[in-house]
Amino acid sequence: MSEGTSILLVGVGGQGTILAAKILSQVAMQQKLDVKMSEVHGMSQRGGSVITYVKFGPQVFSPLIEPGEADYIVSFEKLESLRWAHYLKPGGTLVVNEQEIYPLPVLTGAANYPDHIFDRLAAKNIKVVKCNAARLAEQCGNIKAANVVLMGVLAHESAISKQAWLEAIEQKVPARFLALNKAAFEVGYSLA
Amino acid sequence: MKRLMSGNEAIARGAYEAGITVATGYPGTPSTEILENIVKYPAIKAQWSPNEKVALEVGLGAAIAGARVIVTMKHVGVNVAADPLMTAAYTGVRGGLVLVSADDPGMHSSQNEQDNRYYGKLAKIPVLEPSDSQEAKDFVALAMEISEQFDTPVILRTTTRIAHSQTLVEEAEPIVTVKKPYEKDARKYVMVPAHARLRHVVVEQRRKDLTAYTETSPVNKIFWQDKKIGIITSGITFQYAREAVPQASILKLALTNPFPAKLIKDFAAQVDTLYVIEELEPFLEEQVKALGLTCKGKDVFSRTGELSVHQIFQVVNADSTQVAGSSITPQAEPQTTAFDAPPRPPVLCPGCPHRAVFYTLKQLKLTVSGDIGCYTLGAQPPLNTIDTTVCMGFSISGLLGMEKAEPDLARKAVAVIGDSTFFHSGMTGLLDVVYNHGTTTTLILDNRITAMTGQQDNPGTGKDLAGTAAPQVDLTALVKAIGVKRVRTLDPFNFKELKEAITEELAALEPSVIIVRRPCVFVDPAPSKPSLQVNSNCSGCKSCMQLGCPALSFDGKANIDHALCNGCGLCSQVCKFKAINCGDDGKQVK
Repeated sequence: MSEGTSILLVGVGGQGTILAAKILSQVAMQQKLDVKMSEVHGMSQRGGSVITYVKFGPQVFSPLIEPGEADYIVSFEKLESLRWAHYLKPGGTLVVNEQEIYPLPVLTGAANYPDHIFDRLAAKNIKVVKCNAARLAEQCGNIKAANVVLMGVLAHESAISKQAWLEAIEQKVPARFLALNKAAFEVGYSLA
Repeated sequence: MKRLMSGNEAIARGAYEAGITVATGYPGTPSTEILENIVKYPAIKAQWSPNEKVALEVGLGAAIAGARVIVTMKHVGVNVAADPLMTAAYTGVRGGLVLVSADDPGMHSSQNEQDNRYYGKLAKIPVLEPSDSQEAKDFVALAMEISEQFDTPVILRTTTRIAHSQTLVEEAEPIVTVKKPYEKDARKYVMVPAHARLRHVVVEQRRKDLTAYTETSPVNKIFWQDKKIGIITSGITFQYAREAVPQASILKLALTNPFPAKLIKDFAAQVDTLYVIEELEPFLEEQVKALGLTCKGKDVFSRTGELSVHQIFQVVNADSTQVAGSSITPQAEPQTTAFDAPPRPPVLCPGCPHRAVFYTLKQLKLTVSGDIGCYTLGAQPPLNTIDTTVCMGFSISGLLGMEKAEPDLARKAVAVIGDSTFFHSGMTGLLDVVYNHGTTTTLILDNRITAMTGQQDNPGTGKDLAGTAAPQVDLTALVKAIGVKRVRTLDPFNFKELKEAITEELAALEPSVIIVRRPCVFVDPAPSKPSLQVNSNCSGCKSCMQLGCPALSFDGKANIDHALCNGCGLCSQVCKFKAINCGDDGKQVK
């Protein structure tokens, strides 16, 4: 309902959504926009499904994004893209890391990991951009940079200049990890 | 330049800017990061106390001695601190005192969703409700002013979405404050009946003075728009309301106790339809209605969980189609249907020492009186081991009650409680077991940290909030001093010993404590992970799957995800077929 851009970062506790959200917020702040970022700490972080909301625009009121409102979803895990896809606007963009992390009910055999996730998503009026961020990050030198690979993919899909993204990464990533993360960003950016 | 800060970071910054010099609290989501950020300001003496009652007492003592003070806790922590709070309202303060109550509508990480604004009414003290991080910061300074001007503690009430949302904040320089000197004033601070009767009269006068203050306080603001619809709201719901109904006039209350009756009446008189929009209880609505005003509130908005832009939009949109001449254009709702997806509940981490305990308790088919911490996850499948979880400390005293009702239960039930929770409020329950002839067995799950809230130190860890060395309580000596004669300490990763110890202690007809000691994986990550391998002996019996370890999966045979595996070796221990062993690198399972 609000003007501006709404981006949802979803994944599994411990996947590095926080750094991605920091970079994203920094990008928005450099555009001199109002920014709100929201997340939930606590119990859900222990390997549960986690969600971070980033909104920016001339003025942001609610820090949350509700179903049907997100311009972009960046899903750090494949099943999570299915869980949160209904938060996208019609015509919105879903960036998905193809990595599969089985939730406990699947591990114990109480539930199945859904098949044909991408076919099901294709039935929606949305754009799906897939990548194997974990593998690409590993090729850059560290699997933990998968989050920044995904930011690279998102940057390519966004209307914001590549330079702004790189500046944000320089602001938010510690110096000793900067080369790795810039490389990871470039890999993601050049995918599409 | 503005900075992006969570509500909790902003409150910490606010404490620094307002000249606060003493900060206390007990960790609890969503309040924990306030003190974790405050400790970064060297001018503030900050500490974790063993529980919220102690934290508030230390805070009140500091305020009586003349310091400006902040005390932080989650909503249910205020229940623990309610005793000093109610009488602090009588004694008043000398230096300013603000109590942060971080409420959790929607229960993201809590056992209930009580609305702590009522504590303001009960104690007759002011309540401030910020709507974003800027206000969260600014209201700390305002709380100090109100506290010292009116000689009262002040509640700063946040909710999860304020505490954990980051919004832009303009920082200010810290003000210069001079600590007031301590002076004895027994009639004010010694609450014997003769003095307290006089103080209650003062409290009532203060209530009247605060009511006059709130009527004209600039933090209660009207945003005039179309007057067909008027909304009274506070906190995060202000943000939801102005996004959902941008055309409506809004009275945004920030100082919600005492209640500005005249301001409300004036606002209500100028709008056609009045809504009171607030999460959880009809705290404001009841008072609006007591003025004889007509409004919509909990008849149309949920009293449970969080509100949302969408819910507010739906209600007001549906109504406005029936309001002739309304400026609000009905809009179509977004079409959204969720896909079915298997749930992804939180789980005990790979290598978590609690897993061994719950697996053993399940094998022994015991009734388990549980408590509050990571180990509450032992209630989830496939462990399914916990029978009760109520509040901090309930495990021990609750089990004593079960024994009183059904004596045989003490032979087939245990209490499980974490180290930090034991220090918080388990010790008194254990004293009751000893004193009142209980014979129960208590397992203290000593993982050397306050884990669930994100690894905070406590009296058992040997470090304080600042990370400097602190005296470390001797848990065994403490339990013995309470009067428990049967105390032993063991490693939960030794299944055999754990099982035998529990069986022996259950049989003993006196109180017993087993200290189950192994550090949380975040405190002491395995330095070199033994490489566990599944060999051809695997019969596909799925015994290891009963551990509920995220590093184990099953596709006819067991599989180990080496990226997640911590090498704890529990799966190797539970396997009857010796199908899980160390890798060729020769490293031993710990």
